[in-house]
Amino acid sequence: MADILADTAEALQLIITGDPEILGIVSRSLLFSGTAVILAILWGTPLAMLIAMNEFRGKTLIKTFLNTLIGLPTVVLGLILFLIFSKGGPLGFLGLLYTPAAIMLGQAVLITPILVSIGVSAIESVDPEIMSLSRTLGASESQAQVAVLKEAASGIVLSDLASFNRAIGELGVVLLVGGNIGGGGNRTDVITTAISRNVQISEFGLAIALGILLVLILFTINMIVAVLRKANYIVELAKPPFSRFKRNRETKQ
Amino acid sequence: MTAVAELKDVTKAYGDKIVVNTVNLQIREGEILALLGPNGSGKSTILKMLAFIENPTGGEVKFQGSAVNFKNTEKERMQSTLVFQKTTVFGTSVYNNIAYGLKIRKIPKETRDREVKKALELVKLKGFEKRNAIKLSGGEQQRVAIARALVLNTKLLLLDEPTANLDPKNAGIIEEVMDTVNRENKTTIVMATHNMFQAKKLPHRIALMDEGKITEIGEPAEVFGKLSKNLARFAAVDNTYTGTAIATSSGTSKVDVGNGVQIEITQQRKGATAVFINPQDIILSKTAVESSARNVFKGKITEITDVDSLVKLKVDVGRTFVIQITKQSFNEMKLCLNAEVFITFKASSVQVL
Repeated sequence: MADILADTAEALQLIITGDPEILGIVSRSLLFSGTAVILAILWGTPLAMLIAMNEFRGKTLIKTFLNTLIGLPTVVLGLILFLIFSKGGPLGFLGLLYTPAAIMLGQAVLITPILVSIGVSAIESVDPEIMSLSRTLGASESQAQVAVLKEAASGIVLSDLASFNRAIGELGVVLLVGGNIGGGGNRTDVITTAISRNVQISEFGLAIALGILLVLILFTINMIVAVLRKANYIVELAKPPFSRFKRNRETKQ
Repeated sequence: MTAVAELKDVTKAYGDKIVVNTVNLQIREGEILALLGPNGSGKSTILKMLAFIENPTGGEVKFQGSAVNFKNTEKERMQSTLVFQKTTVFGTSVYNNIAYGLKIRKIPKETRDREVKKALELVKLKGFEKRNAIKLSGGEQQRVAIARALVLNTKLLLLDEPTANLDPKNAGIIEEVMDTVNRENKTTIVMATHNMFQAKKLPHRIALMDEGKITEIGEPAEVFGKLSKNLARFAAVDNTYTGTAIATSSGTSKVDVGNGVQIEITQQRKGATAVFINPQDIILSKTAVESSARNVFKGKITEITDVDSLVKLKVDVGRTFVIQITKQSFNEMKLCLNAEVFITFKASSVQVL
């Protein structure tokens, strides 16, 4: 017990004094996950638009598949990506394994299903008349699509924040493709992997400090979402089934 | 008179369902044309084709003299705009809503600001620029929708049931605006309505629609004068009834509209007659009121709908009547579904079609 208290005290001291090792790890985490989100937005948003704005056979199948991917164990995804990036793998020639690029790509792939899935429901919840409305006001097809996207903006911001949440708290993929390199010029250790390593070498103070900071980051992001929601900036998206039930009951009375 | 747009043998089908059936229609420059018909008669679809956002299945649509290629209607859409029946606003400020089409047309900001201001004044929403469009009342949103179409100053302005579900104040403002832009800007207007009363007031011409076809077209007096069997189908329109009229000894007539309901009218009529009673002209009471009004019926409330500051009620007295009362009266009278009520209206409030 005394040890835990001593380690926690050390952790707080490290945070307060702005320990350079911790700052380095945290900023790497923010940078890698931030870049991963941007990458995922670049390919995920058009994909979400494509799925949401078109009616085609197998649409439900694709949406179900995306939802399944959200729950995919990250270790499994990490393994798949490891095999792809490793020397004998299809992308082995790029030499990305154990580099920051591999982490960013890996996280981007990991969060794509969440980003697309929430994005699709955000776009689908937009009034279908918005498309016709834009067109009758003179918009071209692509301008009308942008108008729909704007209406879905709050939900899309929500999907981006949720994706960042997932990326920064992720361990499996980062560990397997990043290698958790904690020294030299090309470090690939981030908050989660650094915690894991420091626990193994009994550096509990550092691990606790990183843990506290990770929770703080997640809390801040959730606070932003809550504030945006309160300001009506983010509309309620997929309403949980029970609230729908409650509403029905109210109307019946 | 030149035609702004023309439909030639136009048909529109969704799968097996034909909603517009070989319609021929010329829209004359500068006119207000009303498409009058019950729900599902094809009015909205014709408007969508005239707005070039829906393509016909068969036939030809001409716009300003040339045939429209529906594969790409971007150019035509700049000159014809539709205000939907279901009010739709972008989830942004009133200014951004109204300026949307102007931005698409790359109109410079100063002009945009000026035009938005002017349009807001016209629909009596002066100073509403910064308000969130979604938080406005239904009537205000509809006026924003109209202003958003007006600023574009298109050749053709299409309005789908512009005053349906609006209280008389908002409806009045919208009718006034339509009249103003038609007179001052010479904007050609085509509106769909199932409101007889509105169709009689504003338009230069009326096209009666039924089951995807135009059954009658002409000036309002002419169309209403001809009591064709098509007009009889207008029973689908609120408070419009057909029946046989018999003269009374006091110089008025009674129209038997079925189910024991006889409506007294001031004119002397005999034989098939169609009548219309404006929902606002009907008095609703919980007990029979002693008055000079000739028409009093007892019935039950079968439907209650909220419309902004008004409540729309359906009362079954043998035939169903639609009645509009203010929300305040509704609350004070403590009305509810199935409540027994009396409806009263003067013989002179009955319009013979």
